[in-house]
Amino acid sequence: MFRRRPEAAPTLAIRVDGVAVPARAGESVAAAMLAAGLLRFRDAPAGGAPRGPYCMMGACFDCLVTIDGVGNRQACLETVREGMAVETQSGPRALAR
Amino acid sequence: MADEFDIAVVGGGLVGAALAWGASGAGRRVALLDEGDLALRAARANFALVWVQGKGLGLPDYAAWTARSAAAWPDLAAALGGETGIDVRYGRPGGLHLALSEAELERRAAWLGRLHNQSPPYTVRMLDRAETARLLPAIGPDVVGASFCPDDGHCDSLRLFRALHAGFQRRGGRYRADSAVDGIRHAGGEFRLATKRGEIRAAKLVLAAGLGNARLAPMVGLAAPVRPQRGHILVTERVAPFLAHPLATLRQTGEGSVMIGDSQEEAGFDTGVDTGVAAAIAARAVRAFPLLARANVVRSWAALRVMTGDGFPIYEQSAACPGAFLATCHSGVTLAAAHATVLAPQIAAGALAPELGVFSARRFDVPAAA
Repeated sequence: MFRRRPEAAPTLAIRVDGVAVPARAGESVAAAMLAAGLLRFRDAPAGGAPRGPYCMMGACFDCLVTIDGVGNRQACLETVREGMAVETQSGPRALAR
Repeated sequence: MADEFDIAVVGGGLVGAALAWGASGAGRRVALLDEGDLALRAARANFALVWVQGKGLGLPDYAAWTARSAAAWPDLAAALGGETGIDVRYGRPGGLHLALSEAELERRAAWLGRLHNQSPPYTVRMLDRAETARLLPAIGPDVVGASFCPDDGHCDSLRLFRALHAGFQRRGGRYRADSAVDGIRHAGGEFRLATKRGEIRAAKLVLAAGLGNARLAPMVGLAAPVRPQRGHILVTERVAPFLAHPLATLRQTGEGSVMIGDSQEEAGFDTGVDTGVAAAIAARAVRAFPLLARANVVRSWAALRVMTGDGFPIYEQSAACPGAFLATCHSGVTLAAAHATVLAPQIAAGALAPELGVFSARRFDVPAAA
């Protein structure tokens, strides 16, 4: 669905559900995931429908993922870091972790 | 004629919608006049509790009225579900009021003692920390105990609101948005209501306009001494279930959101959010349940309760204008069942039962004893 522009070549890697995903310094987690073809970021707590980024600007809360163990982070607002551990979510965030 | 009704209910919030739904059907033509989206509308910020614990201290009739409504709630939920297909998600797991210090626990126990002297029609008992932790494993170290009432419950009040409106319209009721009432005339045995969308004529009139009742009631020879009392609500992101029982100040919805609330402020008609108040109720919530420190608040707002001087409802019929009724309270969710199934039929029949006489606003005319 998305392709990287030639000047936006990856410079680092994050891990999404344990798999290395190329990313470019300065871009958002959501951008890196979308560029890698990952569209299903989570399943909605109410109804279980698959969800992914909609607004890409912090308003819709549809791109929620777990980042470095903290749930419900907005992937479109989080900047990638080398080695960042991202997990897609199923159902509501558990506060215990 | 489209603008002639048997009953006109002024106020499309929870009180008005419950009365309109309860009074409609059986061939009655009922209109529900709503101010619109800019209305102060206490229903915007209710906490969705069906709550009896502590209600009616000082007025046993109110304790009885509340308990009667709570007891009728399962039937209300079933009836609304059957008529509209909307599940209002009512549940009665029992509710708690947490104490975060020994002093708070003592105050709560003393309060319970006063309540027991009044023989309330519901059971409340004090729990120690271990008993509280069995019901609410996520409590923090500051929680020393709680009061518990098995009759307390909660619902999804947005669904309740929708179901009452949908049920009202399915029963043939006419909902009119953007129809604030500017004036009321009583002549020839009917009421003529002036709205910017035209005149409404009705044989009976119900004032259920919340804070608006203060302005409307004198038009039909009644008094509604109500004032706004602000309350804040914070709502967190949806999180995995951790709270099996509602608290007076905190509950988790079916979708997983946590609602934090119950501030009580005298701020006039200001509905603005006071970040100091919001921070205070958030801090108390985190003391009660430390895991909430990790939760993100996604919405916060404030709205105005409809309060009388003693906190109890006003139900009254006008002597000067027979057929005009006044209904106001600040527990529109808890009392929805009593309003729909007890009060509304009385209004439709034309007279309030003598047992409701204690809720007349005339009680505020008595000079306070020194």
